Amino acid sequence: MREMIVSELTQAVQELARGFARFLPRLIVLVIIAFAGWVIAYLLKILARSILRLIRFDRLSDNAGASQLLAKAALPPSSELVSLFVFWVAWLGFILLGISVLGIFGLQEHIARFFLFLPRLFAALLIMFLGLLAASFFSRAALLAAVNGNLPSPRLLSNSIRGIIIVFALSMVFEELGIAQETVLVAFGIAFGAIMLGLAIAFGTGGKELAQHFLESRLRHRHEEEKNEDELSPL
Amino acid sequence: MLDEVSTQKGVAALRTDVKISEEGLLTDDFVRQLINVGEVDILVGLPTYNNAKTVGPVVAAIQSGILQWFPRDRAAIINADAGSRDGTPEMVVGASIDDVRRRDFNRLALRTLHSISMQYGSTVARGTALRTVLAAGELLQAKATAIISPDSTNIKADWLRDLLKPICTDNFDLVLPTYARHKFEGILVTNLLYPMTRALYGLRIREPYASEFAFSSRLGSQFLAQNQWNDDGAGEGSEVRLTLAAITGGLRIGQSFLGAKNHTDRHAADLVPALRQTVGVLFWSMDSNFSLWSSKTGSQPIPTTGAEQEFTHDPRRVNRKRLHEMFRSGVAELASVFQSILSPATLGELQQIAGLAEEDFYYSAELWVRTVYEFAVAHHKAVISRDHIVQALAPLFRGRAFTFLMENRNSSADEVEANVESLCLEFERLKPYLLEMWSGKK
Repeated sequence: MREMIVSELTQAVQELARGFARFLPRLIVLVIIAFAGWVIAYLLKILARSILRLIRFDRLSDNAGASQLLAKAALPPSSELVSLFVFWVAWLGFILLGISVLGIFGLQEHIARFFLFLPRLFAALLIMFLGLLAASFFSRAALLAAVNGNLPSPRLLSNSIRGIIIVFALSMVFEELGIAQETVLVAFGIAFGAIMLGLAIAFGTGGKELAQHFLESRLRHRHEEEKNEDELSPL
Repeated sequence: MLDEVSTQKGVAALRTDVKISEEGLLTDDFVRQLINVGEVDILVGLPTYNNAKTVGPVVAAIQSGILQWFPRDRAAIINADAGSRDGTPEMVVGASIDDVRRRDFNRLALRTLHSISMQYGSTVARGTALRTVLAAGELLQAKATAIISPDSTNIKADWLRDLLKPICTDNFDLVLPTYARHKFEGILVTNLLYPMTRALYGLRIREPYASEFAFSSRLGSQFLAQNQWNDDGAGEGSEVRLTLAAITGGLRIGQSFLGAKNHTDRHAADLVPALRQTVGVLFWSMDSNFSLWSSKTGSQPIPTTGAEQEFTHDPRRVNRKRLHEMFRSGVAELASVFQSILSPATLGELQQIAGLAEEDFYYSAELWVRTVYEFAVAHHKAVISRDHIVQALAPLFRGRAFTFLMENRNSSADEVEANVESLCLEFERLKPYLLEMWSGKK
């Protein structure tokens, strides 16, 4: 009886030792991969930062209005943020690669999904950045044109253009990420349609007299402006 | 016989040249006509677009000028047309020199005067028009080329002499005009383009952006070869580019007084396009010519035939109130844009004067010069889109124009000239400020 217990215990300890012996090299590989990944991710971060500085990414970000948003959220400058993002994505990728070596059942599928999701995440971030850039550029262009054309409410026009472009970019981002695709699409369609319908009703029916008055005053104003036109050329 | 031999040699040279240069620009038919002309001594370029109302007298004046002042020279008129639909090119090509001969001189010319027209596109592009004339001038090996505006209704035959003679006889490379202008005409030139060009490059060129000017074959060839015509916007402000090419190339520049100039199409020169064509190009030139302009101090006069500038006083309608209002609204609405361009001190001062009533409003020369220099630096550093920087200058220019109008409301020609000179000296005095900002020390 005693021998049996000892034998079972010995066998259990041996199995544990064998399991541990099987697991330990994998754990060491994980640690090595994680460490090597950290070094590579760190190098990638430095490389990304250098490239971003070279292409003056912070200025682009300023132009896009992204820097102001980051400053408001007490986040680091955009080039620093992007290089940090590169570092974490790279390191996380290596860690997950290391974990997959452990051979834990069911985890590998999730890891594969993560790697498949990365390109979409990058694409979404790029779309958002380009959207912000376009929103900033076109809203400023509209503001300058409205001010130089002496149009009423130039800032309202500029902000409207910025808002429309950002909403459009956000809907594209959600679509790219696959988050509530249908909901976003329907919401966007409803919101856009409602705005247009609202404007049409407000201007055409609700504000009929206002529209008439606006058009009359606009035409009269233009007529008066023509009469007051300068006879001088700047050149 | 001698003429025939030289024409044949010229044609052979032309055929070789045509193969290697400007193939995409000049049409086959146009090149064929140029080959038929052979070589010329003098070329007159006439860029047009629906100028049927005015082009007749202009062509007659050009023909008259050639007959009177260059009777022994081989000459041609090149019309670069933007696709007129009112028969302008036909009027240019069909204008008979015989009428001018009979009317003005009652004698026969010694040479045939050729008139050739080419449609370079379907929209107006002054750069492409100039390039067409330059290419034609190079192919015809013209010694001197004059560009004449088709809306110069009061052009005189003497203009050809005043523009072309200094090039033909005195070896000038670029002859720019000076005009008798209303004291409030060309405020962009008197308040920005002239003083800033002068402060930067040290030459007192009164009309860096001219609609009538003449240049030598040397400058024409250099400009045609050096200018990056295919770049976006390279054709814009080509007149200023030509002037700057002559300055930076160290070529001989002169001025000729042409008398009064009428502008039939005043609204063609709207402020924002005018800023793009002049100030935008001047700012652009500062990037590539830093070593030249940064080493210049003070300024020198350039050889001038006739008066350097004349101001007239006839009454003109100017909407001063609108200038003031647009300045005020511009400063308020564009605050976020100005924050990227101007220093806090300059922006603060602008916001302060924007709050003043019309009668108290004063945009000082010193503040104006600082504003312009800070815009130039922002353009260099491309803090935002460069085109947006140039556009953002428009409301501030209106404020300065308002002050200039108020300051000189009752001024005589001499007083206006003194005020312009004082502004020029302010631009020269504050040049170290520009250099400090440029190098990032401020």
